Amino acid sequence: MRPLIALFAPILMVLSAPAHAADVTTFELDNGLEIVVIEDHRAPAVMHMVWYRVGSADEPRGKSGIAHYLEHLMFKATDELESGELSDTVARNGGSDNAFTSLDYTGYFQRIAADRLELMMRMEASRMDGLQLVAEDIVTERDVVIEERNQRVENDPGALFAEQRRAALYLNHPYGVPIIGWKHEANALTLEDAVSFYKAHYGPNNAVLVVAGDVEPDEVLELAKTYYGVIPPNPAIKPRDRVSEPPHLAARRLTYVDPRVGQPYVMRSYIAPERNPGDQETAAALTLLGEVLGGSSTTSYLAENLQFEQQTAIYTSALYSGLSLDTSSFSLVIVPSQGVSLAEAEAAMDATLSKFMEEGVDSEELARIKMQIRASEIYAQDNIGQIARTYGAALTSGLTVEDVDAWPDVLEAVTEEDIMEAAAMVFDIKNSVTGWLASEGAEEMMQ
Amino acid sequence: MIRFVLALAVSFGFAGTLHAAVEIQEVTSPGGIEAWLVEESSIPFVAIEIRFKGGTSLDPEGKRGVTNLMTGLIEEGAGDLDAREFARARDALAASYRFDVWDDALSVSARFLTENRDEAVSLLREALVNPRFDEDAVERVKAQVLSGIRSDANDPNSIASSTFDAMVYGDHPYGSVRDGTIESVSALTRDDVVAAHSALLTRDRIYVGASGDITAEELGLLLDELLGELPAKGAALPEGVEPNLNGGVTVIPFDTPQSVAFFGHEGIPRDHPDFFAAFVANEIFGGNGRQSRLSYEVRETRGLTYGVGSYLVNYDGADMLLGQFASANDRMAEAIEVVRQQWAEIVEKGVTEDELEEIKTFLTGAYPLRFDGNGTIARIIVGMQTVGLTPEYITTRNEQIMAVTLDDVARVAATLFQPENLQFVVVGQPDGLESTN
Repeated sequence: MRPLIALFAPILMVLSAPAHAADVTTFELDNGLEIVVIEDHRAPAVMHMVWYRVGSADEPRGKSGIAHYLEHLMFKATDELESGELSDTVARNGGSDNAFTSLDYTGYFQRIAADRLELMMRMEASRMDGLQLVAEDIVTERDVVIEERNQRVENDPGALFAEQRRAALYLNHPYGVPIIGWKHEANALTLEDAVSFYKAHYGPNNAVLVVAGDVEPDEVLELAKTYYGVIPPNPAIKPRDRVSEPPHLAARRLTYVDPRVGQPYVMRSYIAPERNPGDQETAAALTLLGEVLGGSSTTSYLAENLQFEQQTAIYTSALYSGLSLDTSSFSLVIVPSQGVSLAEAEAAMDATLSKFMEEGVDSEELARIKMQIRASEIYAQDNIGQIARTYGAALTSGLTVEDVDAWPDVLEAVTEEDIMEAAAMVFDIKNSVTGWLASEGAEEMMQ
Repeated sequence: MIRFVLALAVSFGFAGTLHAAVEIQEVTSPGGIEAWLVEESSIPFVAIEIRFKGGTSLDPEGKRGVTNLMTGLIEEGAGDLDAREFARARDALAASYRFDVWDDALSVSARFLTENRDEAVSLLREALVNPRFDEDAVERVKAQVLSGIRSDANDPNSIASSTFDAMVYGDHPYGSVRDGTIESVSALTRDDVVAAHSALLTRDRIYVGASGDITAEELGLLLDELLGELPAKGAALPEGVEPNLNGGVTVIPFDTPQSVAFFGHEGIPRDHPDFFAAFVANEIFGGNGRQSRLSYEVRETRGLTYGVGSYLVNYDGADMLLGQFASANDRMAEAIEVVRQQWAEIVEKGVTEDELEEIKTFLTGAYPLRFDGNGTIARIIVGMQTVGLTPEYITTRNEQIMAVTLDDVARVAATLFQPENLQFVVVGQPDGLESTN
């Protein structure tokens, strides 16, 4: 069971709704830096995060992987710090640091004793506009990134399958390009590529500072003014204006065969609307649709029908996250039982979906899901880091603090009819990619 | 991510917290069940972590995988409720129960709201005390386990770790995969599952940690309700194992672009007087905190991997020093050579004064940051109990780190790191690397 669960991350995270619970204060500096402070005085620790509104979907064509590669290079020298000094200093102060790159954002964070916040800001501010890349740093780090791609993707048939599916799902939008980059392009990235991407996208006017933990909002503001406030806005930064999808006229299908596949499965993704500022109702309905169909591994509609009644599947799930700057996706997974072919599994999934469209939502199941959403507001308070990530991701994915705060109520207001309406809208086969992951020699299973 | 966080290194670190707001109460229930509690009432829920010592090492001869299967079935129907009814009842309470099992223990991680605590406890009690193990549930979960086994058979990381374990621990349960094999799991019956349950879920091996919105008195009553009806005594805990290590490289050919390496040899017992010095030495050598020597040499300087680390692992029946990394097939041989050089160098030269000071400030500063939330605190304080620590450890741990001297590290490193016994298992198609054993 463990490998399956690791493959398809549980979607309940999506429901996690800290808004009402958290003690949140916001500011904005004159140079455009947005600041979110979340207070939690239970432990003398702080999470300090800077999020940039730039992700892999903002890369120039042919330079895939540059956003992530630059994230690695941000740990090299700046005009004030030597290469590696930032992380060394964090460790020397008992903290830990890391970074992440997504389709829509890039983030850097340190978790450390609350009285070291000033030091963190001084260093983080230094790499906001002072990165000083040199040739010797970048070649070794590119090898590291290639090994990261090997580890995450090339060695994992499920990850290769996911890349192929996404590339087929998006006809025009850069969401079809892998975050870590296509191997041939990531291999060829240069110092100039990194520097020009940095100059085009980094600066206070494209960043969100999130500080969470044992801090006072006014003190955070004063420190932020001192270290970030002195950085001039970067005039090169433009509003994000990405290409959009044309109408999808034809359903797409693909089969990825890899001898390393131990457990074949079928996954179908439909393009789906995302959360937008002041307009989160459809995304909320889709979120609950995902929960009703495939949220619980025991009581969801797909599990009931395919795992318990028909026993054609050993695992099913539905995956949707509305947190995305541009068009998101809604996916269904079915892992067939032994002796059930991928074709049979897909047919069973489609039949179950049709049955769902006729029967509608089980009101008791919806009530249980809403109870869990309400409880998640309580549980979420226990994880200050997760609250910080929720705000950071939302604010760099086109949403506002108000949208984050409204989200639990928007979810709560979703009705059975809203869910069915969203289902009828999203399950348009022309907007979909159906993928089969199979092992060699399993071709007969696919007939 | 800039850094790959090695899963093992996270789960086998030190347990505990420093002078922060954590205050442990030792609780004994009216029925005699002991627990540690950190009371924290600001958020209206509680996290409870329960460990049953023994884990998958209690699998009887020929029944490999039965404890793992049983663990997967605990929540699949209990008392009057079948699997789906149980899940609906749990979800209606917004409670969560997680059951996990490894070589040395079965863990129950529960969290529930203050507003419906009694109902959530009654439901969990049914799962622990009266699981149904319905035939259809056994078959359904068995199919999931078998699917996982088939996936692992094609996963280079799983192949590497299972090969290493088989070489090092032989016939001991540590030497085989805890999920079992296709054959062993297929042959398991409901009776086997019932027997595995009564062998492991017993009162003579329980450890409990709780954190959150509950008083000591309430916790005592809760524990009697939850665990009081379990049988008093379970199966005998397994003996330890003498690891079999001769040093060398074993290559398992597997068609994949990046080779995966597992490596290690014997470590040091948790209660050894030199344990802290060994811990500090390994943190400098291959730890997660500062840039470790391994990370600097293999990743930073040469770009041979995305992540490399080493960690001291204290199983109940074996003490090990282990590590892992992955490198493209044409670079694995070079990476192994670098790791070997580092092994030899720390034996000869120990560590520097700077390295020691840096790691001390990291380790002592990071310690109080560990407990961030009720679930984490409950896990930490149950972990402390299972390795025999007292609550006072929390206040003395950093002093013990600070007391480690350069001479201590040099002396311990000279015996802890054993280049001649260092065993590598490599899965992939590494260029220019041959098996030596």
